[in-house]
Amino acid sequence: MASITLKDLVKAYGDTEVLHHIDGQIEDGEFVVIVGPSGCGKSTLLRMVAGLETVTGGEIHIGDRVVNELEPADRDIAMVFQNYALYPHMSVRENMAYGLKIRKISKDEINRRVEEAADILEIRPYLERKPRQLSGGQRQRVAMGRAIVRDPQVFLFDEPLSNLDAKLRVQMRLEIRKLQQKLGVTSIYVTHDQVEAMTLGDRLMVLNGGYVEQFGTPIELYDRPETMFVAGFIGSPAMNFLPAEVANGVTTLSNGAQLGVAQGQGNVVLGVRPEHLEPQEDGAIEVQVQLMEQLGANTLLHGALKGTDTEMVVSLPGHVTAAPGTEMKFGAAPENMHFFAPDTQKRIE
Amino acid sequence: MLKRVHFPSSALPFLLVAPQIIITLVFFIWPAAQAIYQSFLIEDAFGLSTEFVWFENFQILFQDKQYLATFWRTLFFSAAVAILSMSIALILAAFADRVVRGATAYRTLMIWPYAVAPVLAGALWVFMFNPTLGIFPFLLDMVGLDWNHYLKGSHAMMLVIFAAAWKQIAYNFLFYLAAMQSIPRSVIEAAAIDGAGPVRRFKDLIFPLISPTTFFLLVINAVYAFFDTFGIIHAVTQGGPANSTTILVYKVFNDGFVGLDLGGSAAQSVILMFLVITMTVVQFRYVERKVEY
Repeated sequence: MASITLKDLVKAYGDTEVLHHIDGQIEDGEFVVIVGPSGCGKSTLLRMVAGLETVTGGEIHIGDRVVNELEPADRDIAMVFQNYALYPHMSVRENMAYGLKIRKISKDEINRRVEEAADILEIRPYLERKPRQLSGGQRQRVAMGRAIVRDPQVFLFDEPLSNLDAKLRVQMRLEIRKLQQKLGVTSIYVTHDQVEAMTLGDRLMVLNGGYVEQFGTPIELYDRPETMFVAGFIGSPAMNFLPAEVANGVTTLSNGAQLGVAQGQGNVVLGVRPEHLEPQEDGAIEVQVQLMEQLGANTLLHGALKGTDTEMVVSLPGHVTAAPGTEMKFGAAPENMHFFAPDTQKRIE
Repeated sequence: MLKRVHFPSSALPFLLVAPQIIITLVFFIWPAAQAIYQSFLIEDAFGLSTEFVWFENFQILFQDKQYLATFWRTLFFSAAVAILSMSIALILAAFADRVVRGATAYRTLMIWPYAVAPVLAGALWVFMFNPTLGIFPFLLDMVGLDWNHYLKGSHAMMLVIFAAAWKQIAYNFLFYLAAMQSIPRSVIEAAAIDGAGPVRRFKDLIFPLISPTTFFLLVINAVYAFFDTFGIIHAVTQGGPANSTTILVYKVFNDGFVGLDLGGSAAQSVILMFLVITMTVVQFRYVERKVEY
């Protein structure tokens, strides 16, 4: 068990800097998810912790050691890869035992640990099979088994569920979470899927373009997004952004409607989540419905802010019917209205 | 019910494959048939009459101590060439696989020897190892080794093995490198995280995973050493000294065109023909399906 500290971490390929001065503290036993769109540098960051990419600047600490110059083998980590990366010519048992065999652990001990891990993951019947004889989900379990038999200080997951079908992904997601809670091993998990990130992580690090946008618990990110990027990335469907102007504590929307809640001064962006918009008789936010999606548990209304072409989505609980062209009035609680500065994209308090 | 689409037959497809069939018939099938026919004949010393003798040529061959010695020599030569060129190629490929900068230039240079004609490759080695003029005998002399492949059979054998293996390294290298690069990077990385160093990773992962390529190359190299090394041997040693570098193909040439024993030579080439057919069958049967996966 160990904590991980990233200090002023920089990664550059030649002159191109892809990760910019990343700081972060991951506590012992914590499950941290690094999430961001593809190309944001999340996998690179994970691979730097693993020792598969060199560190251009800054420091990585695992426990009380600086591991910058250590080989992956000496960092006491285990990694689960997106494509499982099982050794194709070895049986499941040999796959799981390989790391232990290299560490010259006795045969009995290896067998004990492999079988124990196989029981936890329910892959005992497949121990003598080759990876190609297994399904995607089973391979994923073997890859995790290979990680847990080693009893490492840190687990690293590089988009481990993205090759699985949707149903299996949900199931494996829960299992990974349970497993991590049971073993209490510090874990870093990389994904581009915000639902996976929200459900798995104790804390999320949102990366965008090589910068940390925000690092906090899922609820913090949902309730108080620090930047427009985080606000738009976390939550589904994504937050509505309405250009507005603030003067003397009054917010004026682009269609002239006025709200009594305001932050900042001058041009702002008002963010409201689709699920936080409530139908109100005297609601200031008027939406012209263009399209309706009924999902059973809730209904999504797609439309535009009345009199403008600012697109909006409203999520209402239960069944609602609204013909295209209908105009509806909505309001939202003050704590559910987020104000951002259009130039810096940062939250205004 | 008809499952396939049927087209009205026409002469065009036959016309299109005709050139290939004609070439095969004229240059492969016909000479092969000729060789089989000739292997059943014995000519008198002056070439005035021929006699049909069925398998007598073969009987003579299998009782001939020299022929059997040539057979074993060829096996030794092929094994040595295959092992030497494949292991050097494997080592070079393992290093080339890790090269990041200048990889293309490095690979291009590695491939050049394959484009050299066998006779030229032989000539190159003859000059380098010429006992009086060559650079290597000069260097070997400094450490007290007297190199003379004109007189010593073992030196001559070593020289043709080196020359033949050198030429084949490029080919083996290409296949090995391609095989190594088709192993998913993450598998190697997983092994690195599991604690395996580069040597261990090579032994436990890379080598087993490229074993289909090794098997394929083994057959290809054996065929090469058996049949395509004539030019090298002819340029370097002419089979000498005292037949110490005469391998089967060279003996076919020597007995037939120098010794003018056409029947015996034809019988030898028929035996070689069956050998190459066997090897090709082995290759198609086992190489086409993967060995390890």
